[in-house]
Amino acid sequence: MSATRGDGLLAFHPACAPDYLPREQLRQLQLQRLQAIVRRAYERQKLFRERMEARGLSPADVRTVEDVAKLPFMVKTDLRDTYPFGLFASPMEDVVRLHASSGTTGKPIVVAYTQADIEVWKEVMVRSFCACGVQAHDVIQNAYGYGLFTGGLGMHYGAEALGATVIPMSGGNNERQLMVMQDFGVTVICCTPSYFVHLVERAKEAKIDFGRLRVGVFGAEPWSAAMRDHIQAASGIRAHDIYGLSEIIGPGVGVECHRQDGLHLFEDHFLPEIIDPVTGEVLPDGKEGELVFTTLSKQAMPMIRYRTRDITTLMPEPCGCGRTLRRMRRIGRRSDDMFIIRGVNVFPSQVEVALLKVEGTLPHYQIVLSREKGLDEMEVQVEVTPEVFSDKIKAMKELQQRLEHAVEQVLGIRAKVTLVEPRTIARSEGKAKRVVDRRNI
Amino acid sequence: MEVAQVSVFLENRTGGLADVVDVLAKNAVDIHAVTLADMADFGILRIIVDDADQAKKVLKAAGFTAEKTRVVAVEVPDRPGGLAEMLGVLRKQGINVEYMYSAARKRGESAIVVVRVDEIPKAVGALRDAGVKVLEKLEAM
Repeated sequence: MSATRGDGLLAFHPACAPDYLPREQLRQLQLQRLQAIVRRAYERQKLFRERMEARGLSPADVRTVEDVAKLPFMVKTDLRDTYPFGLFASPMEDVVRLHASSGTTGKPIVVAYTQADIEVWKEVMVRSFCACGVQAHDVIQNAYGYGLFTGGLGMHYGAEALGATVIPMSGGNNERQLMVMQDFGVTVICCTPSYFVHLVERAKEAKIDFGRLRVGVFGAEPWSAAMRDHIQAASGIRAHDIYGLSEIIGPGVGVECHRQDGLHLFEDHFLPEIIDPVTGEVLPDGKEGELVFTTLSKQAMPMIRYRTRDITTLMPEPCGCGRTLRRMRRIGRRSDDMFIIRGVNVFPSQVEVALLKVEGTLPHYQIVLSREKGLDEMEVQVEVTPEVFSDKIKAMKELQQRLEHAVEQVLGIRAKVTLVEPRTIARSEGKAKRVVDRRNI
Repeated sequence: MEVAQVSVFLENRTGGLADVVDVLAKNAVDIHAVTLADMADFGILRIIVDDADQAKKVLKAAGFTAEKTRVVAVEVPDRPGGLAEMLGVLRKQGINVEYMYSAARKRGESAIVVVRVDEIPKAVGALRDAGVKVLEKLEAM
């Protein structure tokens, strides 16, 4: 582990008690909640009931936690197909909040919360902050986008519930972000990892350091361990990975503790499974596959066996931090993000690892796929930052070649690397769009 | 004895060059010499302006990657062999010329040439010893 300013390893809040439940008790709690939520979904979600009936199942068939494997899956398109109210399990007078995920085309994915759901969300966010060593005396700058996106308000409510000071900056306006960070002695920043890398560069240019900043709570997009090392070395803060998705609740489904070795999942509210993405069969702990969640306490929109499309592994070994919650390996890839080029499966995170191997290169990149005369071409556009820029053509050509070489070494296929001007690579809500596919397949 | 040049990274796209020059014009930055090195998909614009720090600052604010580089500006007699004599001095010293371009303005009988070398003090010393006039600054075109 690199030397960072992070400490505060013993942040504790009463809400964290379930993090340390003996496994047997946790299992019992999961079963009670699972039976109740399956009953609720069966009674109130038409789609779920129809699928259960088609399999000859009723809620009474859930007798153990393992019985969850008998139940039908939910997928993202189910939310789109039943838009707007189809999966609501509470009447609108009990729904206190709506959020939506940033869908790229067509109808958005809308999710609903009752007041009880909001309380659960606050609780898992408080537990997440504590796992990152964040405490009530911290000053938290929240640079996630506020609005329909769950990142902004999810972090905000959690930080307030913890008793910390929240600065609701939302995304963008780098100069102002850096100014506020300096002037108010900010100790914790919440944003996407790619946006923080961007802030680090701006800070370096403006020759300001990060003052009291100690911890970063970074999520909403997959990032690699190499990117974490880069962030920690460049900024001196401890960078934690937080995981969540709006279909389940938003941020706060899982988080890294100070050991930074996998993300603890809040299993008392979100029951995880790993399945074979092709057969749908449940895989044992330690095997890699697609992550599936059943929300155990969500009232307004229960999700039974929701397929996340994220690829990971559950780690059953106890963690040195003392939490009994199982961990999952950090998510470097989504089955959605994977693309196939010339018969090779490629994840954007592999390209990121390759680019970070070339010293001084910062990971602002975009992959553009095209098809010319029936042949697939992969282009990696890399932003030229002051750190790598030279006025000598020779040096720039060498940089380009080193990058091409690194990509070929990691992926095993050739890609064209193009150097582009900074900030030309599209960013939406601070989430970096990594792949543009122009092949029209 | 050395002049500050501003180098700007440019993608190969329509209007890219015009965008840079627009930013400079809006900020009243005067250009004394300019050259564009272009490759298939990117280019490096090199300019000499009256205030290099200001130019770098406004270009960065407009989103460009711009850096300051030290170069040498010399007066070369405007006659056959003038340039060859100057370069001969550098060759004798084993100084590698990374690139070179001329400023548009002539001063009487002389042309002004901007040279990028790695060993600036050595180059300036050798040039001066050989009687070549090394400029402190460039004036407006």
